[in-house]
Amino acid sequence: MISSGISSLAVLLIVIFLFREGFSLFSTSPLENKNIIVVNKTNPVSKLNAGQIKAIFDQEITNWKDLGGNNDSIILFTINDISNYFSDEEVGAEFEFLPDKLNALVDSNPTMLAVYQDKYLAKKFSGKIVNVAKNNIPDFIMGKQWFPTAEPAVQLGVAPLILGTLLVSFFAILFALPVGLATAIYMAEVADERLRKILKPVIELLAGIPSVVYGFFGLIVIVPMIHDVFNLPVGETALAGSIVLGIMALPTIITVSEDAIRNTPRSMKEASLALGANKWQTIYRVVIPYSMSGISAAAILGIGRALGETMAVLMVTGNAAVMPKSLLQPVRTIPATIAAELGEAPAGGVHYQALFALGCILFLITMAINIWVQAISTRRKMNK
Amino acid sequence: MKKIILGVAMMASALLVNAQKITIKGSDTVLPLAQKDAEVFMKKNAGKSVTVIGGGSGVGISALLDNSTDIAMSSRKIKMDERMKLQDAGRAFKEVIIANDALSVIVNPQNKVSKLTRAQLEGIFTGKIKNWKEVGGDDMQIVVYSRETSSGTYEFFKEHVMNRKNYASSVLNMPATGAIIQSVSQTKGAIGYVGLAYVTKEVKDIAVSYDGKTFTMASIENAKNKSYPVVRPLYFYYPTSKEAAIKPYLDFILSVEGQKNC
Repeated sequence: MISSGISSLAVLLIVIFLFREGFSLFSTSPLENKNIIVVNKTNPVSKLNAGQIKAIFDQEITNWKDLGGNNDSIILFTINDISNYFSDEEVGAEFEFLPDKLNALVDSNPTMLAVYQDKYLAKKFSGKIVNVAKNNIPDFIMGKQWFPTAEPAVQLGVAPLILGTLLVSFFAILFALPVGLATAIYMAEVADERLRKILKPVIELLAGIPSVVYGFFGLIVIVPMIHDVFNLPVGETALAGSIVLGIMALPTIITVSEDAIRNTPRSMKEASLALGANKWQTIYRVVIPYSMSGISAAAILGIGRALGETMAVLMVTGNAAVMPKSLLQPVRTIPATIAAELGEAPAGGVHYQALFALGCILFLITMAINIWVQAISTRRKMNK
Repeated sequence: MKKIILGVAMMASALLVNAQKITIKGSDTVLPLAQKDAEVFMKKNAGKSVTVIGGGSGVGISALLDNSTDIAMSSRKIKMDERMKLQDAGRAFKEVIIANDALSVIVNPQNKVSKLTRAQLEGIFTGKIKNWKEVGGDDMQIVVYSRETSSGTYEFFKEHVMNRKNYASSVLNMPATGAIIQSVSQTKGAIGYVGLAYVTKEVKDIAVSYDGKTFTMASIENAKNKSYPVVRPLYFYYPTSKEAAIKPYLDFILSVEGQKNC
């Protein structure tokens, strides 16, 4: 009683923590470190979004007219360029003159776009602060660009990550289900007791192999194989991830569906055989329909296993955050993103919060799957 | 993990009462080098003790800020906002370059291309150049491998080679240097970057030019005489007030003998 109370409390606290951190993302600006974007007061542009800012700093947009301004090229200024304009003495040893210098600089350059921290805003500020839209949920979920460390404004679009995760997991289960089901039927119905006693521990051993070992195996064996077989420029693909995850999901699928199949009452099987059906017909027409809900539960649990897997996927899918178009191209999944990036994301920053928000999305997906399993197993009980 | 580092740092700072002990903290790139020199230094100077702790460049510099280290090691130059924080805290500090670390650009050994300019590299990593034939190679798609966004190498390459532009979203991010070597060695159209020390026979490193005329290969000599352009300096930062205490170690690491390990 007490221990179950403690564990449910722990789960609840983890969930609350996850969502609190994740949702704090949507009240922050994509600009890091309290930066602001300042332009000359004569500049007609007063609003920019994160995508435009990235394009400007990648020098894909170099003219104000692409942003709805005058036909002038953009002069970029960040605080690191200060030494090109002023000497250390002019700025002052404690940066005491910096705000006025920055203000004067933007004042004298009508086509300049300057990025600096808001604490260096001059007292007699005469420029214009550009309005940057805050991070919001639609942009976060629908956005197709994932550049969490872009400067000065981060780009947080997680659509490629969500789709990548779902694609890899779905195909993993497509590979694992037929194989897993066949093994389960063989073990439950065909194999004799002695063989089963050998097979069962072997399959359970498969579940005990650390995932990093699967990942290493995938990188050394499966990735070059895919590279050669399909004659691709690159072997780290969604397909490689699906195969590795399929192998990893096998033990779950086999054990759960074998249990379901073995639950078929002996009398039903005997009735079928007595009516003249052969063994295969009995399996196909009686055993599988009877244990269908158990098999679906096995498949869904397998998907759950695949969705949350991190290390093996991180090593074999190439982790390019692009919208997945086919199985034969690199993808990036949510767990791999969190594992690879959380280590160095400054605590409390935009990137950090974005990773927590990704964790929330993953949590919601797996929770939906668990509810689905629950629903299916209740139906199973009612059928009996 | 962080708590352990914090604990070690606190113990180390508690031990600092004794002036003979020096704590060094920061970049994992600099760590092996500082560690090796510290061992030799301690052997030669009985009674002196040097503790080297990793954690990353940012960790080292923030330790400098809260006074829990004598020297911060860093694989990048101190950032403007870090300088400002030190300024706000009223801590004067000094900067020393202790070594140079060259970054090799590597391709698959079967690739004909053996030299690239900085502009070409920028094009490749930002996704503007997509085929090897555009840079004098076979008709083959370029597969770009990079480190994860968390890596210091990722930032350095972006800043110095790519002119601060962002990587293309189609770039494959690998979790470790070893994984980049493995992937480049088994992918024909691959290109990637790794620290000079990591280059193995399975991959081919190529000559790089910043001016478009003189191409140089990454090597220890070329990094030292600065003819190879993709070199990052490795720094020590220390408070001016502690200069006297750390002077013997600093002199040692900059001496001929100390530089052997760099």
